[in-house]
Amino acid sequence: MRITTTGPHRPVVRRGQVVLGAVTALVLGLTACGDDSDPTKSAEQEDLKEGESLTITTFGEFGYDALIEEWNEANPDIQVKQTKVSLWDDWKNELNTLLQANEGLPDVVAIEGDFMPALVAAPDRWVDLSDDEVEGRWLEFKEDAATTPDGALLGYATDAGPEAICYRADLFEKAGLPTDREEVAASMTTWEDYFALGEEFVANSDAAWYDASGSIAQAMLNQVEFPFEQADNSVDVENDELRAVYETVTANTESLSTKAAQWSDDWSAGFQNDGFATVPCPGWMRSNIRDNTGDPAPNGVVWDIADVFPGGGGNWGGSYLAVPKASPHQEAAQEFAAWITAPEQQLEIFQTLGNFPSQVEALEDPELLSTQDEYFNGAPAGEIFSNRAAAITVQPYHGPLYSDILGKFQEAITRVDQGADPEESWQTFVNEVDSLQ
Amino acid sequence: MSTRLEGTPAGAAEDPAAPAGGHHRHNRARLVRRERLSRWDLRLSPYLYISPFFILFGLVGLYPLIYTGYLSLYDWDRFYYQRGEFVGLENYRFVLGDPVFIKSLVNTFSIFLMSSVPQVVIAVTVAALLDNRLRGRTFWRMSVLLPFVVAPTAAVLIFGSLFADQYGVVNSALESLGLEPVRWHVDRWWSHLAIAGMVNWRWTGYNALIFLAAMQAVPRDLYESAALDGAGRVRQFFSVTLPMIRPTMIFVIVTSTIGGLQIFTEPRLFDDTPQREGGPDHQYMTSTLYIYVKGIEDQFYGRASAAAWVLFLIIVGIALLNFAITRFLTRRSA
Repeated sequence: MRITTTGPHRPVVRRGQVVLGAVTALVLGLTACGDDSDPTKSAEQEDLKEGESLTITTFGEFGYDALIEEWNEANPDIQVKQTKVSLWDDWKNELNTLLQANEGLPDVVAIEGDFMPALVAAPDRWVDLSDDEVEGRWLEFKEDAATTPDGALLGYATDAGPEAICYRADLFEKAGLPTDREEVAASMTTWEDYFALGEEFVANSDAAWYDASGSIAQAMLNQVEFPFEQADNSVDVENDELRAVYETVTANTESLSTKAAQWSDDWSAGFQNDGFATVPCPGWMRSNIRDNTGDPAPNGVVWDIADVFPGGGGNWGGSYLAVPKASPHQEAAQEFAAWITAPEQQLEIFQTLGNFPSQVEALEDPELLSTQDEYFNGAPAGEIFSNRAAAITVQPYHGPLYSDILGKFQEAITRVDQGADPEESWQTFVNEVDSLQ
Repeated sequence: MSTRLEGTPAGAAEDPAAPAGGHHRHNRARLVRRERLSRWDLRLSPYLYISPFFILFGLVGLYPLIYTGYLSLYDWDRFYYQRGEFVGLENYRFVLGDPVFIKSLVNTFSIFLMSSVPQVVIAVTVAALLDNRLRGRTFWRMSVLLPFVVAPTAAVLIFGSLFADQYGVVNSALESLGLEPVRWHVDRWWSHLAIAGMVNWRWTGYNALIFLAAMQAVPRDLYESAALDGAGRVRQFFSVTLPMIRPTMIFVIVTSTIGGLQIFTEPRLFDDTPQREGGPDHQYMTSTLYIYVKGIEDQFYGRASAAAWVLFLIIVGIALLNFAITRFLTRRSA
């Protein structure tokens, strides 16, 4: 270094210019690179090469491990590789990042039902998957939620989430409540009854009545026709029905809730520590209960399912598989997605994992109807969840911001769990929703 | 760079218009070429050797910085994930007027002070203790570095179960001592303390090793003369060691300031509600986390970019302050 600086010709000024020029060129060059990718343009299609796999990213537990193995054996040309992310919210953030970059997206993307409206709002980033072969395969409301006004189908539905109530029969017994699943069902057909029974329970038990304020909020929201957005997608969170849900949930926080945020460490620990007695329970929740409680269940722990949902039916979640236009293997991706969301496969997942099918044919299957869940005290799960699906009368309207506002709403509930003033927390929620627009 | 070299006298000798004449002329030309090459080598090679850093810096440092500034002036299309219309300083107005951003700034400084100050004090103490004749010196020295090797994510998992509100280890210990359990994820200042604890756990040993290296470079005869003058160990530490390691001290303080103002992983993963926004009431949302939440979760890239620039300017301001203090201190010690 020193040698050059003492050299005879040291053009100081010019060097500065050169460096400046180089930096400018670099920045301009890169800025140009950054702008040339049009996310609505389909990627160039290629065949899968030797050693290349079709990629799919799922979240939570889709129950695809065995099925993908089966597919890979039958289709040596289209090998599928799955990546699992544990929480939807984490996957949503990663997906947002990948969509921003329009790079690194898997060929098949698992989408939580609540996020589907955001895809429908930007339909030309996704492959239209409509096909004669799959027409009429799904429950109408599932298919509608993934269809654009122009009739493009952006996602194949996996499961549906008709909700029942899962409860701890052993804790019910200790508190002197009825334990028989039919009696339990009869005692909580309305939310008033459900909360009243809860008061009775907590008076005679150390456990909380339900797992999290957030899950009750979610359950009640699923019975509101226009929770956050009106039919024209205008945001309206200060409506009476939403306000009523918020007030009911926060009023019961102190007496009935664990006050742990759903999916938090304390929430998971509550399953093993006799933390609570009931959980709003879509089909897919059963595998969460099983994993968190431990399988086989610890001594004395008895989970059961009541064929009831307070305030009528409700659907919570159920996901979709979508194919981004950035995928270079769209045809193979669609073929695989069509296969794995077919009634036969979804039926298998229902048997092994509990995720309830959204496919019409699977719902009428006698095998499904006769399925019992040994972990849940031998409850006739097939029959219960079919009844629950039939009980759904309201399909809440989900606009493109639904998923984002829901996150803020859950935070508002958690703040009250943590001791914040409900009115203040609501105001913060309204402000945060404002800044989402 | 070629423009500069064309002007050199050697370049003139290689004028292509000059006739390529007799044998020795040809030889001379070759010599000139060689000379020119070696001069190039002398001039250019050093730049070539350091260029990887600058190219990388341009790619991952400068370019994102400038592009972020550019994006901060634009609206963002949330559904297509694309730049929207030009909005001028609107994003800056939003960010500076957003109480959540102000809260995140306060959190950032609070966590920074709770982490950096004890970190430096403890690191110097540990280094001073390690600077003694110990049995199995290398073992002790390497073990203080151990937390640094653990990935921050893993560290947060461990601390997460220590500091869980209802079923956490720390709270069980407090309760068994008859004390009130602390709501680590709820009370703002306690949550800062828990996060600062994670940061300190990870970085103290690392800083201690840097201090130790500096301490070992202190000439031993200074201690001997101090001892002859009757100074005890403590006096020696304050009057000899500390003044001698001052430049290292300043280096550590500057780097831990920069790091401390950019804490992200710890608060992000400490929050175990699904939204992970540094607590539902943003009790421990740092400014970098605010940028992430605005850009990735809420999908307002312009606002996130504006927040990033505001944070950048704040850090530059503090770096300048540090620089001034450094100058002041070194001048005094000289």
